[in-house]
Amino acid sequence: MTKEKEVTCIVCPIGCKILVKTDGTQFKILEGNKCKKGIEYARNEALDPRRMLTTSVLIEDGEWPLVSVKSSQPIPKEKVFTVLKEIKKTIAKAPIKSGQMVISNVADTNIDIIATKTVKKL
Amino acid sequence: MINQDVDVAIIGGGPAGLAVAVSAREHGVESVVVIDRNSWLGGILPQCIHDGFGVEETGKSMTGPEYAEKYIKMAEKQGIQVMKETMVLRFDRRREIIAVNKKGIHRIRAKAIVLAMGCREKTRWNVMIPGTRPSGIYTAGVAQAFINLYNIMPGKNVVILGSGDVGLIIARRLKFEGANVLAVVEILPYASGLPRNVVQCLDDYDIPLFLNHTIISIEGKERLEQITIAQVDKNMVPIPGTEKQIKCDTLLLSLGLIPENELSKGVGIEIDNITGGPVVDQYLETTLDGVFACGNCLQVYDTVDMLSIDAKRAGKNAAKHIPIQKQENTGQKKDRKSSIRIVPGEGVRYVVPQLVNECGTIHLTLRVEKPREASTLHVIAGGMELLKKRLPWVNPANMIRVDVNISAEAMTSTESLEVTIR
Repeated sequence: MTKEKEVTCIVCPIGCKILVKTDGTQFKILEGNKCKKGIEYARNEALDPRRMLTTSVLIEDGEWPLVSVKSSQPIPKEKVFTVLKEIKKTIAKAPIKSGQMVISNVADTNIDIIATKTVKKL
Repeated sequence: MINQDVDVAIIGGGPAGLAVAVSAREHGVESVVVIDRNSWLGGILPQCIHDGFGVEETGKSMTGPEYAEKYIKMAEKQGIQVMKETMVLRFDRRREIIAVNKKGIHRIRAKAIVLAMGCREKTRWNVMIPGTRPSGIYTAGVAQAFINLYNIMPGKNVVILGSGDVGLIIARRLKFEGANVLAVVEILPYASGLPRNVVQCLDDYDIPLFLNHTIISIEGKERLEQITIAQVDKNMVPIPGTEKQIKCDTLLLSLGLIPENELSKGVGIEIDNITGGPVVDQYLETTLDGVFACGNCLQVYDTVDMLSIDAKRAGKNAAKHIPIQKQENTGQKKDRKSSIRIVPGEGVRYVVPQLVNECGTIHLTLRVEKPREASTLHVIAGGMELLKKRLPWVNPANMIRVDVNISAEAMTSTESLEVTIR
């Protein structure tokens, strides 16, 4: 069954409201996207919703107790809490440079967890 | 007293201050100093660990710490002088700054000053919520710093008052860290934060958003125990019989941001009552000669991208001001007789800049009073329509940016320029 669905694009802070038509496998943009990225986002949101995950990882001997991290790619929406659970078990060692991999293939997703901040050793 | 002479002194080393500094150097200013009271640069960005920063500016989505590091590196490369853990106490009309740090008291004489002090959060006392004064009540930004910088959880069962962006983002963050977010309470009939944050932070995790509701009572002896919410009518008055108790140990307040302008007020710079920031002209120059304003102390921005873009203009304009200052340093404002006022008309809450003193293309930033679809923006000078623009939808959470060409004829034929959204 084909239905129309309004997807609020979250790629950037503008938050375009994109009207799409989908039957679960087929997908068509009706209107609303201000950029090309919106097309990709709306397709994924309709067929395979994913989220960039940002959180923090405990750190030893650092100038801060935490280092902020992000997923190298958007994570399937239903796996967010499974991934968070694994991230919580991790303790990284200072120094850490922004862009450095902190966890590889987190929770068997083929997605890595990357530091987004440089934390010096105390 | 430690004396120093500089071309451009920037008060505040957050994203606005850094963008000004980099831009001023790019436009040929030799000596630039950035003064910040914190021990780090980047202001609030290091605690904004979520992503979405930089998309409009660079096309690439970054987290707050990444965005900050990008500008910090640029500033380092440009050889910009940074004074951290330094508090500016005041400055005067001749642009002489008095600041203090561990080394002592500094007197910094600047040819141009750029204000980039940012903003601060409204508190419980800004909205006067009745009840007791237990622990467990924080502003959302403070809770964000606790969680993201210091690894401290503010509580377990949380209610958030206000649906500004910080409140929405902290709701998801709390959920990620295992807390229960029981409700987000918003007095307005719509969320104040960006649409994407409503979707991504609340809808995704089934966090209930109570629109047209407010907190009417706070209860608890030592620690917060319970709050009472109620629905409000059109005049924002609680409706009897709609009260609902929520047991919670933590209340986070996301009530909006207030530009920080104690320094500006101290030297007599005119402040716009609506924006809470200095009144500026099209060059972002305040009513004090050689003093410019940008970032969240000028007006509270939706995104750091637009804030940086505007801050860079302030840097460029401050750079242009330097040669003028080599000739005269009177501390007197240049002739403002030819200035015209830009006034918010129907449907418009505010417009920045508030003054125009030269014809040409100027950049306007403005906010509407309430959300609406299919409307038209008009810029009118003395009956003459300078700009008409159709807007598919408008929302107070989304700043509107337009360029308008002001003719010499318009400049001389009127004393004010009206902006309306109908």
